[in-house]
Order: sequence, then C-alpha cells, then structure tokens
Amino acid sequence: MKRFLTFKWILTLILIAITGYLYSRDGVITTSVVATALIFGLPLALAAMVGIMCERTGIVNIGIEGTLLFSSFIGFFVASTTNNGVFGIFSAILAGVVTGLFLAFMSISWKMDQIIAGTIINILATGLTSFLYKQGHTAPTTSPIDIPFFSNIPFFGQVLFMNGPLVYFGLVVIFALYVALYHTSWGLRSRAVGEHPGSADTAGVSVFRLRYLNVALAGAVGGLAGAYLSLELVGSWDRGFTAGKGFTALALMIFGRWNPMGALAAAMFFGLAQAITNQLMFADVAHIPEQFVNMLPYVLTIVVLAISAGKVRPPAAEGQQYEKEQA
Amino acid sequence: MSALLEITNVTKTFPGVVANENISISVSAGEIVALLGENGAGKSTLVKSVFGMVRPDSGEIRIKGELISPGDTSGAIARGVGMVHQHFQLVPVMTVTENIILGDEPKRGIFLNMKAARAEVLALSEKYGLEVDPDAFVEDLAVGTQQRIEILKALRKDVDLLILDEPTAVLTPQETDELLQVMRNLAASGVGVLFITHKLREVMAVADRVVVLRNGRVAGSTSPKETDEEGLAQLMVGRNVVLQVEKGDAKPEAATLVIRELHVNDDRKHLAVSGLNLEVRAGEIVGVAGVEGNGQRELVEAICGMRPRISGEVLVSGEATPDMHPHKVHSMGVSHIPEDREKHGLVSSYSIEDNLVLNQFDREPFAKSWIRNIGALEDNATRLVEEFDIRTPSIKTTASALSGGNKQKVVVARELSQDTRVVVAAQPTRGVDVGSIEFIHNQLIAARDAGAAVLLVSAELDEILSLADRVAVMFGGKIVAILDAKEAERGLVGRLMAGLSA
Ligand SMILES: Nc1ncnc2c1ncn2[C@@H]1O[C@H](COP(=O)(O)OP(=O)(O)OP(=O)(O)O)[C@@H](O)[C@H]1O
Ligand SMILES: [Mg+2]
Repeated sequence: MKRFLTFKWILTLILIAITGYLYSRDGVITTSVVATALIFGLPLALAAMVGIMCERTGIVNIGIEGTLLFSSFIGFFVASTTNNGVFGIFSAILAGVVTGLFLAFMSISWKMDQIIAGTIINILATGLTSFLYKQGHTAPTTSPIDIPFFSNIPFFGQVLFMNGPLVYFGLVVIFALYVALYHTSWGLRSRAVGEHPGSADTAGVSVFRLRYLNVALAGAVGGLAGAYLSLELVGSWDRGFTAGKGFTALALMIFGRWNPMGALAAAMFFGLAQAITNQLMFADVAHIPEQFVNMLPYVLTIVVLAISAGKVRPPAAEGQQYEKEQA
Repeated sequence: MSALLEITNVTKTFPGVVANENISISVSAGEIVALLGENGAGKSTLVKSVFGMVRPDSGEIRIKGELISPGDTSGAIARGVGMVHQHFQLVPVMTVTENIILGDEPKRGIFLNMKAARAEVLALSEKYGLEVDPDAFVEDLAVGTQQRIEILKALRKDVDLLILDEPTAVLTPQETDELLQVMRNLAASGVGVLFITHKLREVMAVADRVVVLRNGRVAGSTSPKETDEEGLAQLMVGRNVVLQVEKGDAKPEAATLVIRELHVNDDRKHLAVSGLNLEVRAGEIVGVAGVEGNGQRELVEAICGMRPRISGEVLVSGEATPDMHPHKVHSMGVSHIPEDREKHGLVSSYSIEDNLVLNQFDREPFAKSWIRNIGALEDNATRLVEEFDIRTPSIKTTASALSGGNKQKVVVARELSQDTRVVVAAQPTRGVDVGSIEFIHNQLIAARDAGAAVLLVSAELDEILSLADRVAVMFGGKIVAILDAKEAERGLVGRLMAGLSA
C-alpha cells in the first residue's frame, strides 16, 4: 500500500514537472494538450463511474458501451427533432436510466448471467441505433461557459474554467459520487451489498432494492456521458460512434481500483495520452504510420497503470446472484 | 395470548431434507428458551425463518401477535428482533465499526458520523465486556473476535426478542459467563431470548425452558430444574453420551514437531509470536492454553505455511518445513484443522466429496497422473460421511448447504482420516454437538495413539485440560510454561494464562 502510494505520487510529480517544462517551452500547445486531455478523459471517467456504481453493489455491467451508444443517440435525436439541447440532454439521461433498469431487470429479477445481460444491451443498442439512424441531421450543441475570474488564471483557466456545461456537471457528479461512496450511509450500504450481501440483508438493508437503485442511477450517469459525447464534445452522431469507450472505461475502473478518484485519474491519464497522440499526428513529427500512433494511448495506459495499480481486488460478491437462503 | 414469539406448524424443506417439520414453539417476554439439537437438526433453519432469512414452506410466525411475511428481514427488525448468526454476517473488507453500524448509521446531516460511531462501538464493547478494536478490519481478525463483533451488533439495538445462534462457540469461558449474565439482565428487563448452543453447561445456567429438536421435529421439552446435563444429552442424541473424555496414558516417543525460535507478525505487522520454542512428541497431545490474541492463531498459521515466518524454523521429523507453502507442509505430513472453517477449511461451492479431498485430490488413489479417480473419491466420501456422521442428503451436496456443525465435521474428517505425522487442530469441535464432540475427541486420541504428534489449540480450557497430555501455556507470543496433564490444574493454568507467575 505504501509502495503504491509513493509510486502514485512520484508519477504525479513527474507529470507535473514535464508539463511545467513543456509549458515553459511552448505555452499554447501545452495548454491545449492538457485541456484536450480533460475533455477526452471525462467521458471515460463518467463511463467508469457507471461501472463503479454497479460493481460496488455486486452487479457486473459490461453494457456500458451500449448505454453510451444508446443515450448519445437518443440525446442527439431528441435535440435535433425538437431543436432543443436541454431536452436532448435530459432524454439522453433518461435513455441511460432505461438501459440501467433493463440490466437490473435481466440480472436481478430474472437472475440472468450478468455478462450475458450486458452483452444483450450492447447488441440491442448497436442494432437499434443503426436501424433508426438517418444521416444529415444536426442538433444544437452546448457552448463553453467561461467562469468569471478563474478563467483568467494562466494555464489552469483554459484547462479547467473554459469548458462546456457538461464538463463541469460531470466533474461535480464524479466528486459527489466519491464523497457519497465513502461518507454516506448509501455508500456504506452499497459497498456492503457488493462485498457480502448477507451482512447487509441481515442488517435490514434490502439487497434487491439497493441494487436496482444503483444500477438505475449508474444508467443516468452513463446517459450523461452519452449526452456529453454527442451534444458537447463531438456535436454529431454516427454509427458505432462510441468506439469502445464503454470497454475502455471498464479497464480504467479496474486500474482505479473501483474508486471514483482512482478511475478519474486513470481516465485523465488516458485522455492525456490521447491528446499527446493527436498532437503528434497533427504535427506529423515522427512519420510513423497512423495505426501505430493510434495505439499509443492504449499501450501507454496499460503499461503505466499496470505498474501503478498493484494488486487489485474486485468487490467480492460481484457477478453473483443473491439468494437469502444461501447467505 | 401474550407470547412474544409464536411459531406455529412451521415446515421447511431443502432439496433432499426436511429441515423443519411442523414445528411449534413460543417464547414469552422475559423468558430464556434454549433450543438444543444435534448438528443438522434444524435449529438454524428455524430461527432464520423467524428473522426472514429463510422462507418457510408453510406455517405461521407471529411476533407480538403480528404475522410476519416470509423472508421479510427488515420487517422482523422493525418488530424488535435481533439475531446473532451462526455463520457470521460480517463484511470482511470493512472495519469493526462499519460492520456494527451497518443498517442504522449515526449521521451528521447527510454524512456518516464515524466519530460518533466509533465512540458508540467503544462504549458498547465496554458495557458488555466484549473487547474489540473499532478500527480493525474484520478480515484480519480471529474467529473469536468476529464472534464478539457479531454479538455486539445484535446487542446494539434495543430489541424485544434476541435470537442467539451459537454465540458462544468460540468465546472464552469468561466471555461466555459475561454473555450469560447479559442474557439474564436482558430477560429481567422483559426481553425474550431464544438461545442455541451445544454447551449444556450454558443451558443449565441460564435457560428457563429447553426445547429439543431432532431430525427437524420437536423431540421434547424440559427445563434445567427437571434434568441434568446427561439428561439433556440423552434427549438430544437419543442415546447415552460420555461427556468425560476417557483416554489411556500417552506413550510419547521422539519429538516430531519441533519449533525453534519462531517469530511471526500478525496482520497489522506487530510481532505476535516472539521467539517461541516448542516440541511435540510422537504419540502425545500438547494443548496450547492461552487468552485469545496471544499469538495462537499466528503460531498455527506459521506452522502450516499460511503466514510468513520472520525467523526461526519449524521441523517435522527433523526436516525443515518451507515457509508460506501450505501444500508442501501438508505433504510433509502435517494435517491442519483451521479455526476459520469457512475461510480456510472449505470451498463452499464444492461438493462434500471434493471438500473431503481438498489437499490430496492430486494423489493416489484420488488421481492417477492427470486423471481424477472419481470412484475412489466417492468411496472415500461415502465412508467418511458414515464414519463421522456428517448429516447430508448426499455426498454431491455442496458444502454451503450443510449445517454449521456438519461443515466442521467435513473439515475434521478430511484432516483426521489421513495418515499424518502431525495434527494441528485449532478449535476442532467448534459448533459440533455433544455426540460428535465425543467422537472427534476419540479420533484425536486415536491419532495420538497411532503415533501422531497432536497440537491442540482451543478457546475451551476444559477441552484442553481433558485432552492434552501436556499443556503449553502461551502468553505474549511465547510459551511461558509447560505442564504435565497431572499438574495442570485449572487455577494454575488460568493464572499463567493471565501472565502471572505460578
Ligand atoms: N441453504 C440450504 N440448502 C440446502 N440444505 C440446507 C440449507 N441450509 C440448511 N440445510 C439443511 O437443513 C438441515 C438443517 O440445517 P440447520 O442449519 O438448520 O441445522 P442446525 O440444527 O442449525 O445444525 P448445527 O448445530 O450444525 O448448526 C441440514 O440437513 C442442512 O443440510
Ligand atoms: Mg446451526
């Protein structure tokens, strides 16, 4: 544990030092790369939160990809037909809740294997959105909000305080989730249910209800991530638009040890690697084939996080059905 | 009708067994009712039905006259029922405090108030004389400590009906006495207590009424005034039970298990065993007596290769055993009955036949090179189930479906059925009924007489005094005295255990 902490801090210090050095060399590019890291990393961080909320209560969710795809599509579709971005965002969140409830229904009420239930969501989302999708639509997107005063701080202003509304909202959600998980009775109960549901049940906590609630709430967070993707980050929608982000998020969740802050850090690291890659490709400094450059964020993240994550332990009751009489 | 708890005609079947058949029992306010019965008689099933953890097939359960719906645990809690579970309901990765407050957490605004929670746990622990460290993680704790947490959890709330399912299985005699006193006080204040135990002394000491279950049915009821321990045992088992251990003199030979200058840390990296020396000779039982937490658990785990040794060595027949390699240690002839059967003794999702060969499945006759010999496996299981009286519908049943005492018998059967040079037995009779205690004790003596060196650790001083040929008193991570069985008199051992000199 101690070793792990020091490694984490050393890594952070190195990153800060490198950023500082680069900033002194070329402030504009460095600032834009770090700002891009945040907006690339955020959807992954939010998607990882979906995984954390589900798995912490014992439900494996490999349908995050489907949630992202479906909710980003619905968000875009509603925003484009009503020409109202706010409607779009709310519909996306609602769509996320629907996928969450569907997963809960299959895996908790029907006691279906959770991996299969998640796969069903992924397949349905891919099929349904591809079928309904029509090219050539546009939708209103959110526009960045500069936070007065803070946005004038050099470097940090542009990175943190000149973003779209969903970035701020997403960050608030992540921090709130962290606090809730470790400092409220909801969090304590959720973790107990994911580790040893019998203890929660015998303490009067309904395992069934809490799992339903958390998987649905997680769906809402996934919907937010979807809305962010189609209505803020990209501003359009296309088939297969989420490109595996839901699966990447699962890996980041593991690297972050099922802790919201850990997953956020892992997602930001991945976002940074992606931003740097983009910059490299744009500058075309290395003359390396694009395919290899595109691999870079994945390779870098796997190497660095695999070293820093140390021994990880998933919630003990993850993926298991809870039966009272077996407790 | 003023009965606090009224169970009427409750029946519950599991695949292949009728766990409860038409059971009717009532408990009044202020009354202590002891529920007795052999392992697998259906005691836990019955009380779990009351607490909503089992759904009976038919019958009615009323609390204060109100019908409770099957499987409604929070309803039972809301009606003032508290329960200590035989199979501890604790979250291993959480702290003692978190476990105790779970379900009814002290809050400040919307946040948990851990400071208040911690203070509450300390106060509880003080009030009931059950020592716990509020900040320790449950997974690091010995079963005795876990038992205390489980009890504190139930005592925390003001309940009207307290159900205790073998709360004393791993408590020390002093802790047990304190708990019995707590039960009397609660009953005096009007709480009804339903108490399950295999220790007849406790029944005689506190019960107002005794109900005996046999094979899922009420076999009779009595009260401590009308009978004695022998009578209770007879009612339970249906035959005469010898409560006193009968054994011949030991004929010890050369030292088989030799421990030299052993140093071992506990989970929190404090030295728990500090320079321990001990020899156990072939053909003798050495009992380790000590107050829990003086390094017994660490000693046992270090011997068996389950906990890193800092320094020192453990020899079996002159050969050094490897550190942290339980399988190798076992194959050098060391059997181990672990104190925590759920964690170290069984794979609960495996069948009984597989559990019975967990540490020898890869050897003749159970396997030939890479192929398992299912026939040999089944023969072995059939024989042991019969011999050790393991109550199960079939050898294919998973261990999780067994009653607590029968799980224990599976572990004991596996470890004592092998030809071993050393037997390390920690709490070997935890949770088993009087008839089976007699049997397990005889098996330990038989292992001794067959030339094994037996190291026995138990929270029950009586068990040690009656079985051991020599008593090693452990205090502060060392053996402070070794007494011959003849000179090991209760008072003396007790003083030595407390760290006083003789
Ligand atoms: N979840 C389960 N699935 C299948 N069978 C079960 C289950 N729980 C209990 N049984 C069976 O029901 C019977 C009664 O078990 P129970 O646990 O009530 O016994 P008990 O009287 O508490 O015994 P012990 O003294 O060993 O704790 C046993 O035969 C057991 O195998
Ligand atoms: Mg029982």
